Amino acid sequence: MIVLCLTQLTTSALIASITVLVLAIFLGFELISKVPPTLHTPLMSGANAISGITIVAALMASNVQLSGGDKTMAGVLACVALALATINCVGGFMVTGRMLEMFKRKEN
Amino acid sequence: MEWFQALGYLLAAVLFIVGLKYLGSPRTAVRGNQLGALGMLIAVIVTVAVEFGSEGGIIGWGLIGTGLGSGALIGFIMAKRVEMTGMPEMVALFNGFGGAASALVALSELLGSTPESLASRGSLGTTVFLVAIGASSLIGWVTLTGSVGAMLKLNGTLRGTFSFAGINLVKGALLVAGLVATYMLIGDSTNMILTYGLVGVSCLLGVLFVLPIGGADMPVVISFLNSLSGLAAASAGFVVGNDALIISGALVGAAGLILTGIMCKAMNRPFVDVMFKTYGTSASGDSGEKRTVRGYEAEEAALTFDGVRSVIIIPGYGMAVSQAQHVVRELGEELERRGVTVSYAIHPVAGRMPGHMNVLLAEANVPYDQLYELDEINSQFSDCDVCLVVGANDTVNPAAHTDPTGPLGGMPVLDAEKARTVIIVKRSLSPGYAGVDNDLFYRPNTMMLFGDGKAKLAELLTEVKAL
Repeated sequence: MIVLCLTQLTTSALIASITVLVLAIFLGFELISKVPPTLHTPLMSGANAISGITIVAALMASNVQLSGGDKTMAGVLACVALALATINCVGGFMVTGRMLEMFKRKEN
Repeated sequence: MEWFQALGYLLAAVLFIVGLKYLGSPRTAVRGNQLGALGMLIAVIVTVAVEFGSEGGIIGWGLIGTGLGSGALIGFIMAKRVEMTGMPEMVALFNGFGGAASALVALSELLGSTPESLASRGSLGTTVFLVAIGASSLIGWVTLTGSVGAMLKLNGTLRGTFSFAGINLVKGALLVAGLVATYMLIGDSTNMILTYGLVGVSCLLGVLFVLPIGGADMPVVISFLNSLSGLAAASAGFVVGNDALIISGALVGAAGLILTGIMCKAMNRPFVDVMFKTYGTSASGDSGEKRTVRGYEAEEAALTFDGVRSVIIIPGYGMAVSQAQHVVRELGEELERRGVTVSYAIHPVAGRMPGHMNVLLAEANVPYDQLYELDEINSQFSDCDVCLVVGANDTVNPAAHTDPTGPLGGMPVLDAEKARTVIIVKRSLSPGYAGVDNDLFYRPNTMMLFGDGKAKLAELLTEVKAL
């Protein structure tokens, strides 16, 4: 079972993750500080699709058997989470693509 | 396997970073979106492969297949079907789904854990796990109910704003309750009352957060919810101990905040005001006198287009409501055939989401090079013969200059008043979102065309063709 594979979280591992978090936030600010208004909507829906990365966590949580009680509930919730995250990714990237195609057509 | 997993996620994260960077520039935006999607595909493949190679292998085929399959199908259909006019609702709803997914993952992890599994995490591990669950729940559920509320407002199901005295106190109390529940969960992780109490409190907080906020502040709200959906994913990253979620979530969180800042600046309203002050209900016609104005017929308005050289069109939310973008484009083309220079002036917060007007006009095939930003075009109004305002109000209100201490004071506006003739297509004289009367409607060089935008513009087009 997954539970047995868990190792204890060390302080240094936690600090590493927090470092990653803070640096990524700063990177995010730098990446898109100047965006033309035309791209505001696609940028937002594209970024939204990327926040569907929760799909990874939902996949891991869905890899369980429905073994009754709380475990069954946990599995069902994970499956719903997976469906929502997948909608977010698939729908988000597709709709962004559709919008950008529309803009591109105009430039010719 | 550990190497494969870490490097796979790193590659996905790099693709997201480059993708977001590319999304910020017109030349590279299409590729940026593709790189983002590729990164997501890699992240999914790596995860499935890791689960496949894990000790127990994949035991949840049914759940994984159901979740991935139904999600992909629904996402595909929604993305194919949505009209460009429905884009704000769609983006709002997707934000909500992202937040809900993160919150559900947190809830699932909590329900799936046992005292033994918690013990194996060690005390630091358990604390981080439970605090992250609290954060994911709070942010995730707020994102879901806030987004659904925003969506219902955008599609007109919920009208007006809802507020009551002390609403901010209630919101503060709910937030504190959520934090306390999280803190108590650390000592009592199997307490179901705490668990579901946290869910309930967060959902309610999301509803109360979005209900008092009016339509014209929606660009700020949607951008902010976008940011929250990222932060929810980052919190979920701490729940499952996955850096890919932390990095991607943080990137989206930051990107959403930047956009929120841009929108606030364009309205000249501090973020705190948008969130906590109900707008436009206090000031209504305090000038005392009731002014009236003559409505013109399309026939009269069409005559002003005779022999002009330059026309600037200013679209607003009213154009989106009446779906007038196609007839606007036809009118623009007709004028161009007559040798008129036609430009479109786009205010950054026109409409209900960032970039709303750009999306609609692109759908209607308006050439990209005719669209101008506020800074680019404001100097040109004085040389403009006719300025046609379609369903815009606050974004062209001269009160921004003349009444610096008023609700609109200091907001960057389009200087439509400087045009020789201003034609305004609007349903009524009612003040805009800020609750301020628009002096532009009463100017001698202004012609008001009252009625539905699409219908009035169609009349105008017929008359212009007959000139």
